Amino acid sequence: MADIHSFGVDPVSCHAFNKDRSQVAVALNGNDVAIYAKDQVGWKASPIQTLTKHDLRVTSIDWAPKSNRIVTCSADRNGYVWNWDGKTWEPVLVHLRINRAATYVRWSPRENKFAVGSGAKLVSVCYIDDANNWWLSKHIKKPLQSTVSCLDWHPNNVLLATGSTDFRTRVFSAYIKEIEDKPEPTPWGARMPLGQLMAEFPSGGWVHGVSFSPDGNRVAWVSHDSSIAVASAGGDKVASLSLSGLPLLKCLWLSPLKVVAAGYDCCPLLFEVNDNALTFVTSLDKQKKTEAGGNVSAMRKFRDMDKLSLDSGTAGPDIGTVMTTIHQNTISSVTVHSNQGDKVSKFATSGVDSKLIVWDVKALEASLGSVRLH
Amino acid sequence: MAKNTLSSTFRKLDIDQYNDDLYVEESGGESAEIAHQGPDEAEVNALLNGSKAEEALKVVLRNAPINAKGFDVKDKAFALAMKCMLAIRTSEMDALVQSLEPELVDTLMKYIYRGFESPSEGSSGHLLAWHEKAFAHGGLGSIIRVMTARKTV
Repeated sequence: MADIHSFGVDPVSCHAFNKDRSQVAVALNGNDVAIYAKDQVGWKASPIQTLTKHDLRVTSIDWAPKSNRIVTCSADRNGYVWNWDGKTWEPVLVHLRINRAATYVRWSPRENKFAVGSGAKLVSVCYIDDANNWWLSKHIKKPLQSTVSCLDWHPNNVLLATGSTDFRTRVFSAYIKEIEDKPEPTPWGARMPLGQLMAEFPSGGWVHGVSFSPDGNRVAWVSHDSSIAVASAGGDKVASLSLSGLPLLKCLWLSPLKVVAAGYDCCPLLFEVNDNALTFVTSLDKQKKTEAGGNVSAMRKFRDMDKLSLDSGTAGPDIGTVMTTIHQNTISSVTVHSNQGDKVSKFATSGVDSKLIVWDVKALEASLGSVRLH
Repeated sequence: MAKNTLSSTFRKLDIDQYNDDLYVEESGGESAEIAHQGPDEAEVNALLNGSKAEEALKVVLRNAPINAKGFDVKDKAFALAMKCMLAIRTSEMDALVQSLEPELVDTLMKYIYRGFESPSEGSSGHLLAWHEKAFAHGGLGSIIRVMTARKTV
């Protein structure tokens, strides 16, 4: 059902797969990006390459599948594009022109540009200047009023959804006239100069994660008031759902009508969009509940204590520190692992517990009975 | 001797106001008009006197002045909410919380936490009972929304 790998004890800040998913780039809450190669099961114990250039914590990584380039951004306010020259990854500095930490980076679908969100209340849209072999950036500023915490590209390579800590989800145009043709009109609007605000939706808390649906006509976001919301192009009606659990951090469309989201509750949740309503379907992590109190064997108790380096004082009579979910701590990223057409066949989650888990949609469906993930 | 350079008392000017992209928190949205007034005091008192405390609390929660600017309207509504909550017995809480819509449970939770902020004689124990019931129904999510909400009660 799920392919589980642990990188040790450090939280996984972010991860990105290459095109054939034979390698994964991860940042383990530090300044370096480590690239791990696939093993028969999971990932090899030590990284095959380490990308060292950033001076502060790496906040986001994205790996362009077609052009095989990695872009990283960090709290040191820099971004690097890494090109593979056959032996090593060569970094090229990106001129982001920001005075606060970069928070999030994503390649556009056509990979000719990428967008970087930052704490400087702006989005840098970067493209390569062929004459100088140098990444330039243009800024989207207005009306962002706070840190841009997440972003996602529309499949048309022009529109960009952003989530921000000013409690707003916005859709902007990130059209760079120097490098691309005039875009076709979309349901979000027809006039698309760079920085044009196409839509703006209010939210009840910081927006942690945002995602365009596969056709690009809907946008979903999750925010810190424990809610998930979906809005459609051309309408200002927002379908919002307040959860009874802890807030979600990232969301991802599995198919045109199904969204998976995960966060502080350590398990991915499945949501369904019907017309203009959003409903909760099920949790995708249904582990067997650990047997209560008396049935926990002494052997297992001490093994768990050893694993988590607890002493008998903190562990208490029953081990409450082992969660019933696979992830043992907050899930901080949810990404696509592999696609089948416009549907996601495998998705990956990583989080504070240092685990990277790849979930197979088919296997999940088999284990959940009648629930369909597509 | 070294001077305390961390002191900021010499800063008399609010330099942020000259920043052209100063973050101004917006209060209220489309429904700003309707949610300014707060609950009708006379109506709530009439319900309370007619020993319909449950109804009275629902009226207060439905008309919570979450978009009101000044604190006087909110204070008045809070006083009414406290009066209603204290008038309802522990045994009756469950049924009432069950019958509330999810948004109203969130509002109730906001009033419970506000009640903890300014306790009166014997109120906290009663509010803890309320908290238990509201938590059982609204979960951690409703507490999270108390902490994150800009639209306070």
